[in-house]
Amino acid sequence: MELREDRKYTKSHEWVREENGVFEIGLTDYAQSELGDLVFVNLPQEGDPVTVEEAFADVESVKAVSDVYSPVSGTVSEVNEELLDAPEKINESPYDAWLVRVTEVTEQEDLMTAEEYQAFVESNQE
Amino acid sequence: MLIFEKSRAGRGCQILPPCDVPEVLPAQEDRRELRLHLPELSEGDLSRHYTELAKKSHGVNDGFYPLGSCTMKYNPKIDEEAAALPGFTEIHPLQPEHTVQGCLEVLKTAEQLLCEITGMDHMTFQPAAGAHGEFTGLLLIKAYHESRGDKKRTRILVPDSAHGTNPASAAMAGYQVVSIPSGPDGCVDLEKLREAAGDDVAGLMLTNPNTVGLFDKNILEITEIVHQCGGLCYYDGANLNAVMGLVRPGDMGFDVVHLNLHKTFATPHGGGGPGSGPVGCKAQLAPFLPSMLVEGEETLSFRKPEHSMGEVKSFYGNFLVVVKALAYIWTLGREGIPEASQNAVLNANYLMAQLKQWYPMAYDTICMHEFVMTLSQLKKETGISAMDIAKGLLDWGIHPPTMYFPLIVEEALMVEPTETESRETLDQAAEAFHQLYEAAHSQPESLHAAPVTTPVTRLDEVAAARHPHLRHQFAE
Repeated sequence: MELREDRKYTKSHEWVREENGVFEIGLTDYAQSELGDLVFVNLPQEGDPVTVEEAFADVESVKAVSDVYSPVSGTVSEVNEELLDAPEKINESPYDAWLVRVTEVTEQEDLMTAEEYQAFVESNQE
Repeated sequence: MLIFEKSRAGRGCQILPPCDVPEVLPAQEDRRELRLHLPELSEGDLSRHYTELAKKSHGVNDGFYPLGSCTMKYNPKIDEEAAALPGFTEIHPLQPEHTVQGCLEVLKTAEQLLCEITGMDHMTFQPAAGAHGEFTGLLLIKAYHESRGDKKRTRILVPDSAHGTNPASAAMAGYQVVSIPSGPDGCVDLEKLREAAGDDVAGLMLTNPNTVGLFDKNILEITEIVHQCGGLCYYDGANLNAVMGLVRPGDMGFDVVHLNLHKTFATPHGGGGPGSGPVGCKAQLAPFLPSMLVEGEETLSFRKPEHSMGEVKSFYGNFLVVVKALAYIWTLGREGIPEASQNAVLNANYLMAQLKQWYPMAYDTICMHEFVMTLSQLKKETGISAMDIAKGLLDWGIHPPTMYFPLIVEEALMVEPTETESRETLDQAAEAFHQLYEAAHSQPESLHAAPVTTPVTRLDEVAAARHPHLRHQFAE
């Protein structure tokens, strides 16, 4: 399982990277490997509000459709539209394939560091 | 080969009689501009085409079909015979009511019997299948709240083990979906349900037994919690086959139910269909049902309820399916209906007891009509996934169980044998599962390639989903 030190993680397997008030959100390597090959991504639109711990997007694999939960409350400032035609990028490089960028963030959930997230995933596997 | 590829210009067959009324063409502006592509084949070629397709498919007439949550039971031929009677087939929806009294009596009788089985007061036969029934049921709940001026109810509670259609139907009906987690026992987490209950809750959607094949022992408390906050309770009839004639959703505290006649009441299902998803409700919701309820004693007639939500399908739904379901209920009778459910539960437990020698059960307890096994350990040890075992079963002439559902169980296979399978069939299936388990350890690579004996072998499902080839490209 690949992790990146420069991001924070949620219990629902999203990663967040903040830079100058812009929060980039994606799916973790563990999430993509559990989901399997993704075939469809449904993303919000620019300007849509997102709410902490509520679904803002969904991803579909050959197994199932899964919601993606927002670790923050704010407004979608940018959507990675490239993924709409190429959902496999999430499988290939999950930490480059961000889904949305969120600004005007008013709230965020308690996030984990890479180390804490690794421990969380391992404890769930037992 | 598609039927369009077999088409040859000018060829045809004589299945339609010559036109004996004047031809009337639509106005020029209403006519299509592109030629309509209709296949042109002789009757013999047409017959061979469908026989070829039938040979490539697998249905309950071909072999065991333990597709969890789908109740693929045998469809008795007597039902087909009843539905083929000319008095049922040669009617028109617009013909005068006094000339179709027998058909109205079928609808009325089916309504009475299904209401008796479910504990409801009224039923509409309009919905075409299960998810359509869910949608109708939710519109019913919505119409009820709105009629009382209660407009703040915007949320529908759905357990995380629910069928995917439940949240989808709720969203279609304009509701916000709140997912209620299951406890470690696979049942609804009561504490979480209490937290979510409130005056913005329109209702709860639940199937009982639930999708892991367990009867939620707290069902009366669950429906009470929802009623206490002013919400209504919706029963997804997908799993009624475990309890028909034994426990009634109405007595569990449900206000609205949908049934899948094509599952529980033995009408054909999947590919053949069509389905039928009647929606039943308690008396206080009846004024909002779609129209075409049958009323009367001596002379029967259709009636539109006072505050009807409107139509969800044309006329009275898939009528002949209701005829088949009625024939099924009458064949089994008051004793046979509960006995069918008891045998469905017995068969599931018999097969589960054998399979758990090799495959761990997600919930190791007595099950209802289906059970869920988890193959995550097998996958870790051998690399063989639930998908590989499912594909391997195809080579044994068995339709795979439902895979990767419910979502709360990893590497899930959900098995529902139904009551119409013999002990021998169940033993053969157990042997197939056993052999596949052995193969997973001794020659896993063979299972990655399975199936090898079917008309098409292992499909690239990812490529099919990413680059779907949705329709035939015509040369012109």
